[in-house]
Amino acid sequence: MNMIEIENVSMRFNLAREKSESLKEYFLQMVQGKLHFDEFYALRNVTFNVEKGDFFGLIGLNGSGKSTLLKVISGVYKPTEGTTRVKGTIAPLIELGAGFDMDLTARENIYLNGTVLGLTPKYIQEKFDEIVEFSELKDFLDVPLKNYSSGMIARIGFAIATITQPDVLIADEILSVGDFLFQEKCEKRMQHLRENGTTMILVSHSIQQIERNCNKVAWLEKGRLKMVGDTKTVCDAYKQIHQE
Amino acid sequence: MKLFKAYCQDFFRYRYLLYNLVGRDFKLKYRRSVLGVIWSVLNPLLMNVVMVIVFSTIMDMRSAGIKNFSVYLIIGQLLFSFFNEATSVAMGSVLSSAPLLRKVYIPKYIFPLEKVTFSLVNCLFSFIALIIVMVVTRAPLHLTVILALYPLMTLFVFSLGIGLILATLAVFFRDIMHLWNVFTTALMYFSAIFYDPMGLQTSPSVLFLQKFISFNPVYWYITAFRGVVLDGRLLTSAEILVCGICGIVALIVGLLVFRKYQDKFVLHM
Ligand SMILES: Nc1ncnc2c1ncn2[C@@H]1O[C@H](COP(=O)(O)OP(=O)(O)O)[C@@H](O)[C@H]1O
Ligand SMILES: [Mg+2]
Repeated sequence: MNMIEIENVSMRFNLAREKSESLKEYFLQMVQGKLHFDEFYALRNVTFNVEKGDFFGLIGLNGSGKSTLLKVISGVYKPTEGTTRVKGTIAPLIELGAGFDMDLTARENIYLNGTVLGLTPKYIQEKFDEIVEFSELKDFLDVPLKNYSSGMIARIGFAIATITQPDVLIADEILSVGDFLFQEKCEKRMQHLRENGTTMILVSHSIQQIERNCNKVAWLEKGRLKMVGDTKTVCDAYKQIHQE
Repeated sequence: MKLFKAYCQDFFRYRYLLYNLVGRDFKLKYRRSVLGVIWSVLNPLLMNVVMVIVFSTIMDMRSAGIKNFSVYLIIGQLLFSFFNEATSVAMGSVLSSAPLLRKVYIPKYIFPLEKVTFSLVNCLFSFIALIIVMVVTRAPLHLTVILALYPLMTLFVFSLGIGLILATLAVFFRDIMHLWNVFTTALMYFSAIFYDPMGLQTSPSVLFLQKFISFNPVYWYITAFRGVVLDGRLLTSAEILVCGICGIVALIVGLLVFRKYQDKFVLHM
């Protein structure tokens, strides 16, 4: 069964040459007929499917469109062309700690962020201890988040997003923050979720991590899908070109 | 109608988020200031005293047909500043949530809705100032006070509609924030906050002013509110209609405009 179907997706950004953020500039440019943009395709005609239970890897150099693709899948961007279909709930880990308010305490943020992800306060309450335990921040719960290190924030973010059993988990280079103990812990958690039926999409700049975890990989290059297939084939081809 | 249903379903799913966001604003606003909630009472109260002193020395309010000028004034102040605050913060709400909206999917109208709701909460607190003024000036308490909910709720809907339109505009043109500021300052003088346009001597220019003011929805909300709280009368059918229709039309236009452009927001933030 296909959990995610990506069909012919293109994503165009208008890079405004002269940003017309003020009305006056906008009208001046419109009158002078200068209101045009540099068009830039971050994704072009990308098509592939992710099946249920897949641990799907996404590789490519910086700027190849990986993050953009994940945002299209999770609904942050509406694609310029093409369609995406996702079955079930998505837990997006585009950037750990997105949606945290640095002036609130960790406890308050857990509730706020949980509801951002569509959880009910009751559910968060039930799972509160589990979240705290996973993030190992028991002693800091009532400290404003601005006093936390980025690693600590990432831990809470990961703990909240993975507290449910989402149908699809999307992770964008999140495992690069935090120490190796945390990374191991996260990988374990993801494997655990997967055994229980969650479909994963993982972006990582560590090809070893992809090889270790994923069963299928897609390779993006300058917004186009260069290759998609089982991990070994794609990663070997990738390594050959990028000489790792 | 279908659109409305979709909004409602979304709303149901994210109601806790709304609740938590309002809670956050509340905590952040009141946690740090020592006087806390007292400020939102004290501020209109002090303004009221100053304005009462100034205006009663330059004009005779009683002869202008205003029985209790203090109460008359503070109702105008409070409702107008609710409208002003609600629309102004709603305007910047989508932009200031950019970091979040760029990373997770959330229905975007949550943010203007949250800001207008938070302004309403603030406004309810500041009604303590109204009560104080009523007690001090020995204003009689009429049963019709309950009817004040109608102008208040319809003003909420009206502000939400305007807020949605402004929030959309602000994403594309940051200038709108300054323009709106100028506009509301001008609007304040045409909302009859410290005078009664119907009580002025009739002259061609006053007639024109009366006509002009009657096109200002905010004036209608304030007048309806004053009528039931201060004069102890029922709402007129004109008030019921104007308040209701302005609110609903603003909301529908707001939702349509917002919906039309919301997919482009992330690309402009
Ligand atoms: N909001 C945006 N506006 C304009 N260009 C963007 C935007 N987001 C991403 N891009 C561009 O799209 C390309 C792909 O970016 P991204 O998806 O972040 O790549 P990756 O995650 O693979 O490093 C980059 O060239 C980037 O500059
Ligand atoms: Mg990226």
